[in-house]
Amino acid sequence: MSMMHASSHADTGLASRTTPPDTTRLMRWVLLAMLPGIGVMTLHFGIGVLTNILLAGLLGMGLEALMLRLRKRSIRPTLNDHSALLSGVLLGVSLPPASPWWLIGVGMIAAIVVAKHLYGGLGHNPFNPAMVGYALLLVSFPTQMTLWSPPTGMGEDFSTALRQFMGMMSAAELDALSGATPLDAFKHKGEALMASEFWAANPLPSGTLLAWQHVALAWLAGGMLLLYKRIISWHIPLAMLGSMLALSTLLYAGDPSHHGSPSFHLLTSGAMLGAFFIATDPVSAATSRKGKLIYGAAIGLLVILLRTYGAYPDAVAFSVLLMNLAVPLLDYYSDPRPMGHPAPVRGYQPPPEDRS
Amino acid sequence: MSQFNDLARNGLWSNNPALVQLLGLCPLLAVTNSVVNALGLGLATLLVLVGASTTVSLIRHQVPASVRLPAFVMIIAAFVTCAELLMAAYTYALYQILGIFIPLIVTNCAILGRADAFASRNPVLPAATDGLMMGLGFAVVLVVLGALREVLGQGTLFSGMPLLFGPMATGWELTLIADYQFLFFVLPPGAFFVTGLLIAGKNLLDERGRKRRQAVPSKRSDRRVRVTGTIK
Repeated sequence: MSMMHASSHADTGLASRTTPPDTTRLMRWVLLAMLPGIGVMTLHFGIGVLTNILLAGLLGMGLEALMLRLRKRSIRPTLNDHSALLSGVLLGVSLPPASPWWLIGVGMIAAIVVAKHLYGGLGHNPFNPAMVGYALLLVSFPTQMTLWSPPTGMGEDFSTALRQFMGMMSAAELDALSGATPLDAFKHKGEALMASEFWAANPLPSGTLLAWQHVALAWLAGGMLLLYKRIISWHIPLAMLGSMLALSTLLYAGDPSHHGSPSFHLLTSGAMLGAFFIATDPVSAATSRKGKLIYGAAIGLLVILLRTYGAYPDAVAFSVLLMNLAVPLLDYYSDPRPMGHPAPVRGYQPPPEDRS
Repeated sequence: MSQFNDLARNGLWSNNPALVQLLGLCPLLAVTNSVVNALGLGLATLLVLVGASTTVSLIRHQVPASVRLPAFVMIIAAFVTCAELLMAAYTYALYQILGIFIPLIVTNCAILGRADAFASRNPVLPAATDGLMMGLGFAVVLVVLGALREVLGQGTLFSGMPLLFGPMATGWELTLIADYQFLFFVLPPGAFFVTGLLIAGKNLLDERGRKRRQAVPSKRSDRRVRVTGTIK
């Protein structure tokens, strides 16, 4: 159990050296930095993005209050730290726009009730709650989770989005209305088709790639704000995006006809959202600087490997959860040595009689 | 009779192989996605457990301690082969669905555990009873888990029962939620989750029982209190 404690003191960045990290302030800034991304997403993918976020955010707060009440904790201070709201918003932007209400409900129950409060609430959850919700939904409801409506913009019929949200749409209608994400389409292009032929055939509705790139750049802008305000440190995003870039370049240079280009991997997926807003979660991420670098780099490697060789089109959620598992070990072996103290004794030490 | 009660309580509740000893988790997690699978494997395990415990108890004076484990495993393997052949003969479709998990009953630690910890030290009748109760405890947990996962995963209960009971069970399937699928509960992660909830539920019941017993005020009416003289 001593290894578990290594990650319990959440070091939230360089700024925390002078001012103690204030959870509410931190979460507010993260929410604020998500606004450009949410805005651009809504412009491209329609009002369904907002219904997702609204319902998931409200459910996050409601379930948090309910669980705090059941666990006989004071509700107000914990609810005011906005962490449950942030989990909801993160899940909301990860789901396909205008997801049906029950999908969001199941995801938020998994996130807040199971991943957060069954493990002891904020600060004790080893896994990122929003990603637990997302992974559960992806495993359980692959049909609903891989249908992504084309970027029709705000002009999309409001009543269509509403009916989709209420879960009143038949499977055939839903299928006609939505398509695959660029990653999904590229993954299923088949061995016979070259990448250049695939793109020449215009496999996606017009403007899809551009829309995804705009959204990714908006997340990047939000991430820059967080870096500038020193809400997050640069280690995790840089390591994650760097290792993604390195591995995807290697694969692309080896065989450009079957692998996505580095810019495709970085800009038409959840990579930017994941690197700046999800992998940097102060509770479930590594805390020391060396640990953060290893943690981020390993997430990036896993994302590209799982995208290339795995069964699912995107892998940010799975990679983050897998590395969440490794965080206690990473922190244990990379905890910095305090000035003036001897090097820490780590791992198994053979008893003295074995040495002689 | 009191020994029988103790053995029953141990096997079914307080030392349940699945919920307390956490033994035999591999089949428990792998095949319990429907009642019929769970019941099939539960019955096979029950048969092997009773047979192995009885036989081990019969030969307990003849087997030297140094070779007891290989001997027990051979006995268990013999009974597993019997169970496997029986299932292949009478419930062939179920035999094919359960597949590798029937031969894997040999490696179920609950069986070897009972053979070594109980049957090899006790006469035949208690050993057989212990095997029966442990097997029942395991099978009941398996069936409850299978039922919960079947309802949560596909919204049905008792689907596919003809596989085990033949044509007379054709009308047994209940559709509780129509047009519903929640893959998480059908896949192994759901088994971990539901097993965790079952263990938590058992601990909750135990805790409640303990509190209720403590809440009964102890009789102190016969205790004398000195009311005269000086109290130091």
